[in-house]
Amino acid sequence: MIGYILRRILAVIPVMLLVAVFVFALLRLTPGDPAAIIAGDMATPAQLERIREAMGLNQPLHVQFVTWVGQLLRGDLGTSLISNTPVTSMIGARIGPTLSIAVLTILMSVALAVPMGVIAAWKHRSGADYTVMAFSVLGFSVPVFVIGYVFILIFSLKLGWFPVQGFTPISRGIGPFLYNAFLPALTLTTIYVALIARMTRANMLEVLGEDYIRTARAKGAPERTVLFRHALKNAAVPILTVIGTGFALLIGGVVVTETVFNIPGIGRLTVDAILARDYPVIQAMILLTSFLYVLVNLVIDLSYTFFDPRIRY
Amino acid sequence: MFNRLTATLLASTMLAGAAWAETTVTAVMHSGLRVLDPIMTTAHITRNHAYMIYDVLIAQDSDFQPQPQMADWEVSEDQQTYTFTLRDGLVFHDGEPVTAADAVASLQRWAQNDAGGQVVMDRTESLEATDDKTITWVLKEPFAPMLDVLSKQSALPPFIMPARVAETPADEAITDYTGSGPFIFVQEEFQPGISVTYAKNPDYVPRDEPADWMAGGKVVNVDQVKWVNMPDIQTAVNALSGGEIDYIEQMQVDLVPLLEGDPNVAVEVREPTGMQTMVRTNFLHPPFDDPKIRQAALKAISQEPVLAAMIGNPEFYQICGAVLGCGTPLGSETGAETLVQGGGADEARALLEEAGYDGTPVVLMAPTDMVALATQPVVVSQALREVGFTVDMQPMDWQTLVTRRASQGAPADGGWNIFITNWMVPEISNPISNPMLNGRGDDAWFGWPTDETIEALKEEYIAAADADAQKEVAEKIQAHTLENVLLVPLGQYTLPQARRTAITDMIDSPVPVFWNMQKAE
Repeated sequence: MIGYILRRILAVIPVMLLVAVFVFALLRLTPGDPAAIIAGDMATPAQLERIREAMGLNQPLHVQFVTWVGQLLRGDLGTSLISNTPVTSMIGARIGPTLSIAVLTILMSVALAVPMGVIAAWKHRSGADYTVMAFSVLGFSVPVFVIGYVFILIFSLKLGWFPVQGFTPISRGIGPFLYNAFLPALTLTTIYVALIARMTRANMLEVLGEDYIRTARAKGAPERTVLFRHALKNAAVPILTVIGTGFALLIGGVVVTETVFNIPGIGRLTVDAILARDYPVIQAMILLTSFLYVLVNLVIDLSYTFFDPRIRY
Repeated sequence: MFNRLTATLLASTMLAGAAWAETTVTAVMHSGLRVLDPIMTTAHITRNHAYMIYDVLIAQDSDFQPQPQMADWEVSEDQQTYTFTLRDGLVFHDGEPVTAADAVASLQRWAQNDAGGQVVMDRTESLEATDDKTITWVLKEPFAPMLDVLSKQSALPPFIMPARVAETPADEAITDYTGSGPFIFVQEEFQPGISVTYAKNPDYVPRDEPADWMAGGKVVNVDQVKWVNMPDIQTAVNALSGGEIDYIEQMQVDLVPLLEGDPNVAVEVREPTGMQTMVRTNFLHPPFDDPKIRQAALKAISQEPVLAAMIGNPEFYQICGAVLGCGTPLGSETGAETLVQGGGADEARALLEEAGYDGTPVVLMAPTDMVALATQPVVVSQALREVGFTVDMQPMDWQTLVTRRASQGAPADGGWNIFITNWMVPEISNPISNPMLNGRGDDAWFGWPTDETIEALKEEYIAAADADAQKEVAEKIQAHTLENVLLVPLGQYTLPQARRTAITDMIDSPVPVFWNMQKAE
């Protein structure tokens, strides 16, 4: 097991190296000029040239690449070309909102979607099943910004229960945090509930048809035990995969939701950096996202052993 | 149950908020602040930031006239020596007094990056601090626009910094943000592109005169100003309705009806001159290397449909053929008849035929990610097609456009023929600082016109003895600019601002300023 984990962690290195080369090449092949963003529209070509020179953007690409990789190996993600701020501190400031909203969303989604999926499968082809399915289709089909605006209209502007926008870190108290984070998390929850409930229902339906479920019922096991101990545990592996990849997606940044609710998260940082061609920030963000994906996948794989003892690494 | 939860959440939020300053104005500005060095960039958000924390020697009032701000001045009889005397009570945010040496170092750094500053420096014999309070600036020859250049409120104003900061090379960003302005930059709360906080400078001594544009007394009546960036203007509108913010610097005209009827919100135009939108052609490549074909393009375009598509509501746009802007001292509309009235299509067709236009495709770069620049290319393309141009309108993002416009290559090899951009009217209102009127070929702004006449006319403007003489030369500049089509003005527009009615006494100004304003509790 430990050997497996070490092997998986070591496998991250070539993956990250490939990502680094790919990102660097892709960005340099994309038209764009950070110097033009810094200097503004009135700058003359000569002024732009001076700024490019000062920022090292005129150096040959291989020199720029070696400099960047050298920095990376020292644990330095570089400095933003635009704001002159260390990229590490920029990400540090933005990861909190993204991470806390991702965790809240996943908690709310799992709390709602798993029971919904179990009930839908248990009461297959009943009103409850059709209701859950209708909600799932709706939640997955309506664009997230529409859901966000509708929630703002109802819960913020009409009822006044929550603010329209903004973020308060959890360090200032759970109350202020939830006051700001609840609506964006609820907006994202509608999508994830749809996804997880469908997956739970499908897998539960498959498991509920198995012989050992009939045996459990024949032994007189209470229905709750049959559903949650026997069926759900056996249906858990694909559900976990969906939850895990969903979490990775959330951490990668949900730029539309962050924009609608004005949350200073990772998604907006990445999009702003791309629009400004802020190379060090884009490179760091893609590397970080790739690393998180690899990490989340590892955690998902390891968690399989808990739910399915037959799986061994 | 839910109400109890909400009440608890609200109470804890209010407790958290109690640690804030007594009066905080929260404003949503037109973009996020990322670059903090106002001498390195012409970005308006950085200029606005600089007006919060720095001060200037002299400043422009609403008549476009220079007025004393940090300093009074005297001019020698031969018009070659300017003596500026710093007023009493000027102190940097670190407690050090502002000295003439700080001002000289700041002016020298500014002049390296500012086009107007470079023109002044070309004519400078010496610039020195003769004592702690006196700056003596000796010119080689009289330069009538001297005070206009020093007092301009945009791109780039000469902000005064401590000498230790101003000694930073002009192509390197400063890292010390000590100013002497009415607000202090709260560095620990700064989040690039997200929010920036300014605290009232308790040691700032405002002038006695009433505030007027960038001139007069900068009296701060609030404890703190917070700029928050909201990339979605709809979110900002919702936040203003909900009382979460106090002010939106630039509204989209189509969202104005959402705020109409809200008694707690006022929507108004506070930027008197607004923006100019305009076409720039590339002088290096066919077909626009031929003045007749440039003339044909100018005659083909009428401003009304461009502005109607761009802004929609005529309350917020103005048809204006003045290269130097309408509502400015030098603005004139000579030669812009077809632009403002339309009806130039036949003349355009005749000019194309006369020039022997062979159908060479015109590459028009159309940025799709900038709301303020997305519609004009579509209307202009259609107008050009209607008179016989073959137009290849190429959609791209703004970053691709700014990279590609720097290419002097042929349009087929990654170059270009036309693009459209917007300027704040005050920054193009003077022929010396208007980048479109630079006719120095490769050293000119993108499009690279070589135009000796415009350069000679600018020299004539510089030598003009008084305002009347300057206006006379400006008239000639207008006529020549449209004859040689250095640009095609597409008209002016102003974006409305919105504020909670609790905010009062905001002054009208092209730069949004936060002094003078009051916030009712």
